[in-house]
Amino acid sequence: MMGRHLREGVKNLIRNSWMSVASVGAVAITLLILGAALLIAFNAQQMSQYVAGQLQVNVYLKQQVTKAQAQQIVGEVQNMPGIRSVQYVSKEEGFKQLEQMIGTQYHDVLGGLSQANTLPDKLIVKAANPQDTVTVAKEIQAVPGVDKVDSGQQVVNRLLAFLSVLRNIGLAFVLGLLVTAMFLISNTIKITIFSRRREIEIMKLVGATNWFIRWPFLTEAMLIGFIGAAIPFAILTLGYRSLYVHVGGVFPILTFPLLPVSAVAIKLFGVMLLIGLFVGIWGGIMSIRKFLRV
Amino acid sequence: MIEMQNVWKNYPNGTIALQGISVHIGKSDFVYVVGPSGAGKSTFIKLMYREENPTKGEIFVNGFNIGRLKPRKVPLLRRSLGVVFQDFKLLPRLTAYENVAFALEVIGAQRQIKRRVREALDWVGLVDKADVLPEHLSGGEQQRIAIARALVNNPTVIIADEPTGNLDPETSWGIMKVFQRINDRGTTVVMATHNKDIVNTLRKRVIAIENGRIARDEAKGTYEYED
Ligand SMILES: Nc1ncnc2c1ncn2[C@@H]1O[C@H](COP(=O)(O)OP(=O)(O)O)[C@@H](O)[C@H]1O
Ligand SMILES: [Mg+2]
Repeated sequence: MMGRHLREGVKNLIRNSWMSVASVGAVAITLLILGAALLIAFNAQQMSQYVAGQLQVNVYLKQQVTKAQAQQIVGEVQNMPGIRSVQYVSKEEGFKQLEQMIGTQYHDVLGGLSQANTLPDKLIVKAANPQDTVTVAKEIQAVPGVDKVDSGQQVVNRLLAFLSVLRNIGLAFVLGLLVTAMFLISNTIKITIFSRRREIEIMKLVGATNWFIRWPFLTEAMLIGFIGAAIPFAILTLGYRSLYVHVGGVFPILTFPLLPVSAVAIKLFGVMLLIGLFVGIWGGIMSIRKFLRV
Repeated sequence: MIEMQNVWKNYPNGTIALQGISVHIGKSDFVYVVGPSGAGKSTFIKLMYREENPTKGEIFVNGFNIGRLKPRKVPLLRRSLGVVFQDFKLLPRLTAYENVAFALEVIGAQRQIKRRVREALDWVGLVDKADVLPEHLSGGEQQRIAIARALVNNPTVIIADEPTGNLDPETSWGIMKVFQRINDRGTTVVMATHNKDIVNTLRKRVIAIENGRIARDEAKGTYEYED
């Protein structure tokens, strides 16, 4: 029985090809945007977790601070509440680290710089509790001899705020698109119902049940939703995979590890399929209730 | 088989199509429903297969209480009936065979579809046209296919609304022979018709409806209208 409904649903889809293409396209574009947003969201979560794990406050001391004064400041910071560790990095050490990081290849770039003036003395402070990072950073700022305090949290917070604004705009956009897609599907089904009204009339006449009459149309609507989800899913996973391979699994600049393709694919497929089917069924039911009086 | 008690039908636009119809049609009866245009014959027929709901009164068809029939149960009523129309209502893209088989497929029948369709086509004498599309069949042949479709589920009652209305006299007689054979095997036949010649020649019970009321109900009656 389900076999027949599926066959009829596919037949409807093909007969009604232009409307079907339009509906599938609408669902696909909507879910492409939604899927891309989801990929970013999954990774943003990963990013904040990763960065939160190694949150540290970089405290730069003023140029005129002497070594002895620096040691005093270290002691002072160490005695503040909520501090886990304080590590002192002198300007010389800092320079070496920078050299290592950049590598010998670009050694010439550094070679021309006077060591004394390039880098300030630095303290690397970790809060006992990562959430307190910002508070701790503020307190340290008040210590005399401290020039600049840079907590990674601020960057992360700003980035997260930006992403959440982006997400809300995206969500509203996607919601609008979903409604559009749903209306397109509903219209497609309406046209199918119209083009098959003779068959429907005869089915009723000879005693087909209401569900038997409805199923092919519902199947058509679900197929639109399914295909509309499968296409952007394929595009997104292939795209993500090639990005992943291209950057070697690590997001540039922020250097946090990207989620592996297999981990995002399952979640992505679940969400997209669910939404695709939901929009399909919703659009289908709208038309069936309105135009298929059984 | 079919029982109506004081049945009224008002359409939403205010037309009162039937005003207090009471009638009994027994098993194996053959009944003509006659009367002027707009008298209420089609409405009378539509009530029997629950295309329309009675406004007032009781209708029983094959044991189904039409006025109280839940929408879910309507398909069961329809499976116990066969309905035939003036315009055949065949599906143009399906062959004669497929049109008849369609009626079985959509009610979920699985067993012996082929045999049952052949049998029905045999009843109307069109086995050799099984693979022909309706557009390549004459009007009379198309109506026979429609009758085969109505028969294929072995209904106890066949209802027809002017089945010969689109056919020439000679073809109409061919169709009447089919109905006669159906009735001979014990199936009840209720037929609305304008065909004076047929009613007055192949004499059967005649129910005359005028202005939504039964004006006459005679065994072996006559037509008595000038069309
Ligand atoms: N669906 C409908 N809505 C409103 N009026 C209708 C409808 N069907 C039939 N009528 C009216 O009911 C009356 C009886 O019609 P009908 O049963 O078709 O008569 P007949 O078949 O004898 O010509 C007519 O006046 C007709 O115009
Ligand atoms: Mg009529």
